[in-house]
Amino acid sequence: MLWACILLPQLALDTALRTRADPDLPLVLLGGPAQRRVVQAINLAAAELGLRAGQTLNAARALADGFSCVEADPARIEQVEQLLAAWAYRYSAQVSRHYPRALLMEVGSSLQLFGPWPVLEARLRQELTALGLRHRIVLACNPVAARMLANAHDGLAVLDQEDTRLALARMPIDRLGLPREAADAFARMGLRHLAQVLALPRDALARRFAAQVQLHLDQLLGLRSLGLTFYQPPDHFEARLALNFDVESHQALLFPLRRLVNDLAAFLAGRDCGVQRFAVHLEHGEHADSVAMVGLLAAERDPTVLFELARGRLEALKIPAPVRNLCLRADDLPPFVPRHQALFDARRQQSQPWEQLRERLRARLGDEAVRSLVALADHRPEHAWLAADQGGAGILQVARGSRPGWLLSQPQPLTEQSLRLLGRAERIESGWWDGGDVRRDYYRIETREGLQGWAFRDLGEPGPLWLQGWFA
Amino acid sequence: MKGAVVDLDGLLDQRRIWRARQAPARALGLQPTGHARLDEALPEGGWPASALTELLLASPGCGELQLLWPSLARLTGEGGRVVLVAPPFIPYAPAWQAAGVDLRWLVKVDANPLDALWAAEQCLRSGSCAAVLCWPERADDRALRRLQVAAETGQALAFACRPQQASMNPSPAALRIAVDTRPAQWRVLKCRGGLPPSAPVAHFGLE
Repeated sequence: MLWACILLPQLALDTALRTRADPDLPLVLLGGPAQRRVVQAINLAAAELGLRAGQTLNAARALADGFSCVEADPARIEQVEQLLAAWAYRYSAQVSRHYPRALLMEVGSSLQLFGPWPVLEARLRQELTALGLRHRIVLACNPVAARMLANAHDGLAVLDQEDTRLALARMPIDRLGLPREAADAFARMGLRHLAQVLALPRDALARRFAAQVQLHLDQLLGLRSLGLTFYQPPDHFEARLALNFDVESHQALLFPLRRLVNDLAAFLAGRDCGVQRFAVHLEHGEHADSVAMVGLLAAERDPTVLFELARGRLEALKIPAPVRNLCLRADDLPPFVPRHQALFDARRQQSQPWEQLRERLRARLGDEAVRSLVALADHRPEHAWLAADQGGAGILQVARGSRPGWLLSQPQPLTEQSLRLLGRAERIESGWWDGGDVRRDYYRIETREGLQGWAFRDLGEPGPLWLQGWFA
Repeated sequence: MKGAVVDLDGLLDQRRIWRARQAPARALGLQPTGHARLDEALPEGGWPASALTELLLASPGCGELQLLWPSLARLTGEGGRVVLVAPPFIPYAPAWQAAGVDLRWLVKVDANPLDALWAAEQCLRSGSCAAVLCWPERADDRALRRLQVAAETGQALAFACRPQQASMNPSPAALRIAVDTRPAQWRVLKCRGGLPPSAPVAHFGLE
């Protein structure tokens, strides 16, 4: 088994940065009680202003201005960690969040699919960078060693027991995750590296230190194993972004929306499913939430498609009050079946598949706008067709030319005098069983302009001819 | 002066020069209309491929389906999708089926007049539709040109049904056909790649 540890040294800051449009502006992360606000973390631009972590906010204000402050938000960090675990689940079935701000994943069994470790590592790094997170990645042959080597290394890969032991032996004693007092005691005994500790007799060590220390050392070397709880992907997706100011325009919502949709797509790829329905909630201060429902006819997981659809729905939405938070929820996560594409397709490459086009039309024109027609086996014209998602032929064959191609949505009374009846009446008498009883004589008529229509006289209540369609 | 020698046949094939009088016997076009006499009258032997065709109707329902049904039946039979964007009436499914149209490939899009042009353009441009029919109400030269460009991009047949009053205005459509009822005939007003035939094409009227 090979364990990769992804350490996220700046998770709190990166979490704050990834919600901002321009990450290069100076940003300061604040913590501590309200009386004594302390700078917890800063980005590079803030460091150039002369700010340092650990300063009080007042001191920072005295040193420089033009930086923005963000409250450290544990809930949001937890959310990002959840998302990361979901993302890592794509590459490994055993993902653990045992250590805070770090992910452990077993990759030994994933290499067959994702290629040798350098390839997989490059891929992990690329995707983490795209998610806006700084990281260190170390590969070792047990999870504890991987986590502890990540304290001092980045990009280290030790593939067997012996190399792991050698790499660990060179580690400084205070970076090994030992209990504080044990690490201090070793340092005072003049032991600077793990190699020196390992050279001590085991029983002497056991006598002087708590059992915990020996256990940790054994776990480091892989002599005893650590019980890990593994990540189980949830079966729904929910993410929320707090906007830093009240937003009233659609345009300003698009950037955070894109971020949420990208997170959703990462989650879907990790679970190997698609999304069929999701809701974008715009949370206002006092007003009830505005909700844009995005429904698709087939499961989809491509971020650009999802974003375009969500955007279409959002732009149609009226925003009654300023928006504070943006929230994306998806409960309906059916399996995703990639579209079949032939190698030698007759159509051109840049053509848009019909499914995408249909969703695009539905997003702008409404869910019911794009329909196919089904012919039904009924003689009554109103009941002989149906708008449906999938068109189909009926079993009732009508003679060609005996029925009009165009049907009026409502029959109209014909008042014109100069109509000519062509041919004899055709009686349609049907529907006594479902309450839509019809007794009509249908005629083919010709108007003065030469148009041919389909009109009927109701046998139940005598009156004018009713026009119901055109033979176009 | 020594000019470059240009092959006359090449120029004719590229349709950069037109012959005033077409040779009558030609192979059937890529997009036959399904009406032999109309195909003969048209320079490409059928609908202009990947282009906009304008049908100028005496009034809605005066015979546009009679003209189009054979082509739509052929296209849907080949598995090409036909989209009706905001038709003025409900397509009566049994009659379309009787005309040979495969209903599995027929799609109706409801839209208001403003969105209808957008929807038609999207469908044409996408490349996933074989033919798109639309009924633009107040389409100006610009809107028709957009449809024409979209049809070229997506390699689809575009049909715009418009009232006959619009026949006075110039149009970027590759083919313009006026549909008359009395007498029942089709008049080719403009066709790209040749002179429009002077005589109208009579048809049997409505079946």
